Amino acid sequence: AARMFLRLLSDVRWRVANPKWRRMTCSPRSTSSTAEPHPVSLPAQTQVVICGGGIMGTSVAYHLSKMGWKDIVLLEQGRLAAGTTRFCAGIVSTARHVSIELKMADYSNKLYQQLEQETGVKTGYMKTGSISLAQTQDRLISLKRIASSLNVMGIPCEIITPKQVAQLHPLINIHDLVGAMYVPEDALVSSANVSLALATAASRNGVQIHERTSVSHVSVQKGRVTGVETDRGQIQCQYFVNCAGQWAYELGHSGEEPVNIPLHACEHFYLLTHPLKEPLASNLPTIVDPDGRIYIRNWQGGILSGGFEKNPKPLFTEGRNQLEIQNLQEDWDHFEPLLSALLRRMPDLEALQIMQLVNCPESFTPDMRCIMGESPTVRGYFVLAGMNSAGISYGGGAGKYLAEWMVNGYPSENVWPLDLKRFGTLQSSRTFLRHRVMEVMPLMCDLKVPRWDFQTGRQLRTSPLYDRLDAQGARWMEKHGFERVKYFVPPGKDLLDLDQSKTFYKPDWFDIVGSEVKCCKEAVCVIDMSSFTKFEISSTGDQALESLQYLFSNDLDVPVGHVVHTGMLNEKGGYENDCSIARLSKRSFFMISPTDQQVHCWAWLKNRLPDDSNLTMEDVTWKYTALNLIGPRAVDVLSELSYAPITPEHFPSLFCKEMSVGYANGIRVMSITHTGEPGFMLYIPIEYALHVYNEVMNMGQKYGIRNAGYYALRSLRIEKFFAFWGQDLDAFTTPMECGREFQVKLEKGMEFVGQEALLEQKQDGVYKRFTMFILEDHDTDADLWPWWGEPIFRNGRYVGKTTSSAYSYTLERHVCLGFVQHFDEKTGEALVVTTDFINQGEYEIDIAGQRFQAKAKLYPFSSLFTHRRRKDEVELSGYQRE
Amino acid sequence: AIPVRSSRLPLLSDAMPAPAHLFPLIRNCEMSRICSTVCYCHHKHLCCLSSHFAHSHFRYAPQKKFAALYRPKENFNHFFHTRDYASTPQRFYLTPPQVNSILKANEYSFKVPEFDGKNVSSVLGFDSNQLPANAPIEDRRSAATCLQTRGMLLGVFDGHAGCACAQAVSERLFYYIAVSLLPHETLLEIENAVESGRALLPILQWHKHPNDYFSKEASKLYFNSLRTYWQELIDLNSGETTDVKEALINAFKRLDNDISLEAQVGDPNSFLNYLVLRVAFSGATACVAHVDGVDLHIANTGDSRAMLGVQEEDGSWSAVNLSYDHNAQNEHEVERVKMEHPKSEEKSLVKQDRLLGLLMPFRAFGDVKFKWSIELQKRVVESGPDQLNDNEYTKFIPPNYHTPPYLTAEPEVIYHKLRPQDKFLVLATDGLWETMHRQDVARIVGEYLTGVHHQQPIAVGGYKVTLGQMHGLLTERRARISSVFEDQNAATHLIRHAVGNNEFGTVDHERLSKMLSLPEELARMYRDDITIIVVQFNSHVIGACQNEAL
Repeated sequence: AARMFLRLLSDVRWRVANPKWRRMTCSPRSTSSTAEPHPVSLPAQTQVVICGGGIMGTSVAYHLSKMGWKDIVLLEQGRLAAGTTRFCAGIVSTARHVSIELKMADYSNKLYQQLEQETGVKTGYMKTGSISLAQTQDRLISLKRIASSLNVMGIPCEIITPKQVAQLHPLINIHDLVGAMYVPEDALVSSANVSLALATAASRNGVQIHERTSVSHVSVQKGRVTGVETDRGQIQCQYFVNCAGQWAYELGHSGEEPVNIPLHACEHFYLLTHPLKEPLASNLPTIVDPDGRIYIRNWQGGILSGGFEKNPKPLFTEGRNQLEIQNLQEDWDHFEPLLSALLRRMPDLEALQIMQLVNCPESFTPDMRCIMGESPTVRGYFVLAGMNSAGISYGGGAGKYLAEWMVNGYPSENVWPLDLKRFGTLQSSRTFLRHRVMEVMPLMCDLKVPRWDFQTGRQLRTSPLYDRLDAQGARWMEKHGFERVKYFVPPGKDLLDLDQSKTFYKPDWFDIVGSEVKCCKEAVCVIDMSSFTKFEISSTGDQALESLQYLFSNDLDVPVGHVVHTGMLNEKGGYENDCSIARLSKRSFFMISPTDQQVHCWAWLKNRLPDDSNLTMEDVTWKYTALNLIGPRAVDVLSELSYAPITPEHFPSLFCKEMSVGYANGIRVMSITHTGEPGFMLYIPIEYALHVYNEVMNMGQKYGIRNAGYYALRSLRIEKFFAFWGQDLDAFTTPMECGREFQVKLEKGMEFVGQEALLEQKQDGVYKRFTMFILEDHDTDADLWPWWGEPIFRNGRYVGKTTSSAYSYTLERHVCLGFVQHFDEKTGEALVVTTDFINQGEYEIDIAGQRFQAKAKLYPFSSLFTHRRRKDEVELSGYQRE
Repeated sequence: AIPVRSSRLPLLSDAMPAPAHLFPLIRNCEMSRICSTVCYCHHKHLCCLSSHFAHSHFRYAPQKKFAALYRPKENFNHFFHTRDYASTPQRFYLTPPQVNSILKANEYSFKVPEFDGKNVSSVLGFDSNQLPANAPIEDRRSAATCLQTRGMLLGVFDGHAGCACAQAVSERLFYYIAVSLLPHETLLEIENAVESGRALLPILQWHKHPNDYFSKEASKLYFNSLRTYWQELIDLNSGETTDVKEALINAFKRLDNDISLEAQVGDPNSFLNYLVLRVAFSGATACVAHVDGVDLHIANTGDSRAMLGVQEEDGSWSAVNLSYDHNAQNEHEVERVKMEHPKSEEKSLVKQDRLLGLLMPFRAFGDVKFKWSIELQKRVVESGPDQLNDNEYTKFIPPNYHTPPYLTAEPEVIYHKLRPQDKFLVLATDGLWETMHRQDVARIVGEYLTGVHHQQPIAVGGYKVTLGQMHGLLTERRARISSVFEDQNAATHLIRHAVGNNEFGTVDHERLSKMLSLPEELARMYRDDITIIVVQFNSHVIGACQNEAL
């Protein structure tokens, strides 16, 4: 290994010193004089094989080796950093919308800054800062929201005027600007050199690096990685890391057990110019002009400028064998709009001479967030890919989180938004990906507004009632491929066009949802909630109960016909899932989880349930249509449709009964609504769905029944302080931190996952607390609406961020939910959060830089909501239903 | 639905000669002022105005449509050169959407349906469109698939002295061709079906724009003539397989003969009687394509034109003529006419590039004034309805009319075996060819059909190019592309160029708008009716056929 390191290091040094290196790596077939072909043979066995020698692969190798794993082989089909990494524009920017992405970028920036010192490899790191321009007020709001989150993370950042922009950059035309955001610590690097530096450090730590070695497929036995086949022989291994960039999808599908990695490449163009007459200073800030869809950085005295056009060109849909990256053509006609935007932004560049238009494909994912984590189907198969053209910004942080995940079993931050398991096989159709990435790539520069829905790849999974609801004015959103109703537009009422409806303020559907909420409160509404993930777990003996008692935190040994709200916790007591479980019989359970838990929850349970043929788990999501009857009159409607008594005495809250509704038999009726309102969930075998729906609507007429959508549901659950998994709750949140101790069987003397951590918390107290905020001086009509991710200030000091928000039509106020932490004023150390700490503060919520007073509450206003309450039907729990 | 001459026509016929008398009195500058108030107009179109004046000494023109006989030609362009922008009064011009709605009003597209995801026909489909200059338009178009034999028929018909003849030919000619192509057994089967009142085998599947109408009133009459034709074909049964070229020639001649006979015999129904006379006394040229696999036949009578678009190996476009114009510019045609008449008439046969000094096309359907004997003409007109009798034009006998017929409908048929590089066929009336060179037509349609991507990509290579220069170049290319994207129909795209092209060969919206804003009465002076069919070929199928043949 030592010899290997020397060879590699000398190789790297030689390359950096030699100016011809640029061309050498562009053509992988040319052999450098020092790198004789394959001097070192592959080992027969190793712990980890990493496939891909770009920024991702080298970063994972670097971090794994730093964390003490040394038995690692990194395989690269061509030369190190010769793929997308080679062509990357090298901008390290922390201006990100999603907080986990922001954290990754921040870490990367700090890592790259000291990398040259650590490894001795020149990385070209230059702290230039970046300026994001706003041509519209809406864009400025968007930038202010980012600035708020950067500031509370301690990353310097300010909103500046156009005049200040001109002072920071001499070439910019500021006449059409309304403002900008300046992030002084953003940097430029040579991405290939960063990758080489990481490889150098990794190999110094013992990682073996083999270039010109292609992985043909990954061997799997009993659902575990056992080794890889390469064109140079086999390697046995326990872990495989797929960092193959745009080839990750294909590589994932090459094994016996396919691993779905939904990403698709698009062509991406940037321009290189010769130096200006007076060469540009190398510390000039990078310019991002999202309204012009371009970025501009200084490059060797000239500029490098690319962008994200409205009409992207997807490629490699049918696989790699059509075109090689090196042969991609420049397409000037395609680049024209971006060139126009560039010359509009910097008119003085007209006389600047073109050097090259670079075509470098980038891979994009269906939701514009990168993909990391372990495969749900193959243990030991990890993935890090799909960087949506921000590979260099995320590279360091993403590699670190993945390494932690592999070594510790979990990363140090909540990475659910990036988890591979948020996708299933349903997102891996090439046609779907091709269409979706054509929408995603332009989104890079589009305004990110609340409640935005993808328009492509829709109507994939639908309820049997889809057409009926659609005909009644349903407007749809999509979750995990499933169409769900947002709200119903009443006949004769028109909403704005999609583009015009984008707003940070009060949306056009405000009154529509208001009337749906009112109907839920006063009469009865039907919401189709068929998208929920539904599993049935049963056994011949007590295996099901025993296993579930261990895997879930609440006591499931309840009488048959009871429904239990419970968390599925990890060892640290954090929520891996939050669900409702109905005990159908002594030996079988019906489990309802959030829609996007379909893959994650399945994998989690599969990996932990005993391998016992007497214990079966089945995904029955597709078998049932779920209708939620919400409202005080729901009981009347249901009474008339079934002759079974359903008064509170016979059918108390949190009960489940199989009964007939209309002509249809075998409908599972549960007295829960996921909102805290009275009502029922009906789980209907799909062939009865239309019948039951028609019966309910006909019978409900005299009780004022109407259709409602998820926006109404959301408003109802938030004003009731119900937390959502995936939005409010995550793997780093425990029941103790959100006031749900009563959902945990701590005192029952039964062992369950996460118990130790919870007992510890119970003793020591919690370090964050889920809190509800009611905005006080917020004008719903005129002020910016909260969304999520807004910083919370207590007595003027930052204490946490909101996780969700909604307008409460009952309180006539905005309600935000979020976590409050307690940092020591001097040391910044996290302290225990007590009830007094929460109650004794003055709170403000920062929405795009503007602070609004807020009242903090730890319990919902139950009295406000009572209309026709039954004595014990208060649903004491809440849980995720986005 | 057949347009009937309106009562205001005599008014027009009075008005028309007036400028001719004034003409010598108007000085150039005044003329240009008059014209410029009318519209900004390309010199070519000005000369059409002048030629119109120059020839309007024919008092016999009872309606402005008669002007169609006097085709404006390029060589009269010495009158006006001044283009007076400054004095052009501000007037309302059409916006781009309005222009588009005019251009697209008559567009039609047909895609040959696919079976099992494959189109096995050598034709992918066709686009067609027409832009009127006359009101109503005198051009007609037809397209149909032969159902009892293989192949597809497409044709454009340019009427003159009214649209009646073009209308009749557009309805009837394809039936005559289809019948001529039918094998003996099928003819017998059809005749037996008619005889016993059974349902007829469908012969043609038409591909019509809603504006392409068929005359309901005459259908019985037309059917009877057609039936007589196939009965004769049955009787004549030669037993030989039908030759397409022969079938086309026979069909053309037979239809023209039927038109002539129907007018001589007349019809007890007064409406029909008047209709058949109008058909016979007006005229129409025809350019028809029959495509069957790799076999392409073009039958042409008159001065419409068929042109093949060929893509060369380097991707560029060239044009191959598949028809010869039958007019004075065609030496062979002049020769033919002279051969058919005594030497004594040689001088009077072709005057001012017109047949007998009157007619531009040297071959046409109808136009019995150039076919019948003087006696026959007089007899028919006198015994005909009053409307006919009152009509100066029908009574007028061409000068030097000694040895009729002077005109024939017999087509010239050209055969072409399609090759993979033959990408499309353009059939168009002379309204297009007057304004555009065939090479430009080939390029514009070719670039349109292959899309923008075939615009030669730009590569900087080692050249010194600045961002500004590149930007200018790209903007210009973009303008060209956007005009392509505006149209979903190749024929519409071609019309846009034909009417709106500026000196640089790109569409000038202002010019297009002005041309289309012309009032009905003036439009004809600046342009002719344009009718275009663009047939797109399926190179894969053609290539496969070729390989099979090898």
